[in-house]
Amino acid sequence: MPEIAVNNLFKSYGAINALRDISFQVDKAEIFGIIGPDGAGKTSLFRILVSLLLPDKGSIQLAGLDVVKDYSQVRKIVGYMPGRFSLYQDLSVEENLSFFATVFGSSIETNYDLIKDIYVQIEPFKKRLAGRLSGGMKQKLALCCALIHRPEVLVLDEPTTGVDAVSRVEFWDLLHKIKKEGITIIVSTPYMDEAARCDRVALMQNGEFLGISLPGDIHKAFTKILYELTPEQGAYKLLKTMRSEAWCENAWLFGQSVHLTINGNTSENQFLSYAKGQNIEFRKITAGIEDTFMELMKTS
Amino acid sequence: MENPENIIVVNNLVKRYGDFTANDNLCFEVRKGEIFGFLGANGAGKTTAIRILCGLSYPTSGELNVAGFDVYTQRELIKRNIGYMSQKFSLYDDLTIAENIRFYAGIYGLSQKVIKSRTNQLLERLGMEEIRNRLIRDVPLGWKQKLAFSVAVFHNPAVVFLDEPTGGVDPVTRRQFWEMINEAAEEGITVFVTTHYMDEAEYCDRVSIMVDGKIAALDTPQNLKKSYNTNDMNGVFLTLARGD
Repeated sequence: MPEIAVNNLFKSYGAINALRDISFQVDKAEIFGIIGPDGAGKTSLFRILVSLLLPDKGSIQLAGLDVVKDYSQVRKIVGYMPGRFSLYQDLSVEENLSFFATVFGSSIETNYDLIKDIYVQIEPFKKRLAGRLSGGMKQKLALCCALIHRPEVLVLDEPTTGVDAVSRVEFWDLLHKIKKEGITIIVSTPYMDEAARCDRVALMQNGEFLGISLPGDIHKAFTKILYELTPEQGAYKLLKTMRSEAWCENAWLFGQSVHLTINGNTSENQFLSYAKGQNIEFRKITAGIEDTFMELMKTS
Repeated sequence: MENPENIIVVNNLVKRYGDFTANDNLCFEVRKGEIFGFLGANGAGKTTAIRILCGLSYPTSGELNVAGFDVYTQRELIKRNIGYMSQKFSLYDDLTIAENIRFYAGIYGLSQKVIKSRTNQLLERLGMEEIRNRLIRDVPLGWKQKLAFSVAVFHNPAVVFLDEPTGGVDPVTRRQFWEMINEAAEEGITVFVTTHYMDEAEYCDRVSIMVDGKIAALDTPQNLKKSYNTNDMNGVFLTLARGD
């Protein structure tokens, strides 16, 4: 039996359809990532998962419990880290942690082994008020507070947003340690590069899943030939030139290169001879997650 | 300013809060018309430096000149000649698109006539004419961010400061946003930008990386990648910010 089972979930706010027929399953001790921009519906989905919001239609089981009917039991087995920093800014690090442990009828000592690796990093600041921690530290404390009652399912809403690249790497290292404890993790992020750290990923946009796959398989949804053009300098100029060509289907900046697809009326050879004539350095590449996401956004 | 090609000159900037040194002797220049990436880990001291450069806070010591004005004695002139956009707050939710533009343009002292004609041009360019009277709270995030940027450069500032402008938006909008940045730079506006997306660091002409209050590296993305022997800016950043 899957640890999380979501079936045909719908949620709307007035005319806005936040969730449109979402279905998926997550196995025990899996890290399931939901990747999508702000407004995709990630937070609505998570709030429903942790029983803080009612769906319009559809069902959700967490560890065999119905999220709507059995909400009070669900809340005992779920650890939730909301997108906005929601700890008490005027309590210290230690006081926050102790508060969350007590609310769940536990204590810091009981489950200390679970948070130890994370907590030792913030312990030097345990007397500091939570409101005065840096971004990365706040996220680590919030993770400790979500874990201190040893939940079976951990729901993390954009835990790395606004966090620098170093702290993001560290944060994902921690999630993999938690997974080893048998805890199921569902996590959302707007950073596409974090897909690689998940066991499976759902790409989400406008209340729908564009697809669910293993991180290594995402590129398979990109079926066209993708060229990477690498000018000596001036990628933006090259981008504009490419877009002005009739055979250009899509061209986007990727760092100092341009990623390009040609339209169906143009043969590969036509493009190759053009690129040679213009002395443009290029190669064929496998699509990355952003290429794929942009392609799926267009067709959805 | 000694070199007219420099729009921002920072010499020995120090900012202390009690016994904590947030900016530890920063020295750098930003050239007119360039896209300058200002990177660093959380807590490295970026926001402190930006607030000083924008004339919102005094340095403890050092010489700083922004758009030809001194940060100690000419702060009001600095504010009039720069634009600023932050991720967290940029437009008023309970005003319409057109009202937000009028409000900001009015603050910068543009005449009603200029505001009217430039607003029409801007809304046409952004494709937002039909929703000009929609409240900002009902506008999707990606559009809001493009609008916020346009508002920040509406008065043709010499420099625009962008503090994590692309957080949370989809990859298409993020790229469209950077195309707007490139256009502004081509029109001669200097862009000073912070971001946590390391691929965006590659769009900058030059990048500085702050670690613990100091500038640990400053160069073009190509040279930084070469010096630190990595394929991308993420590698450069992780090496420097982790100190490994």
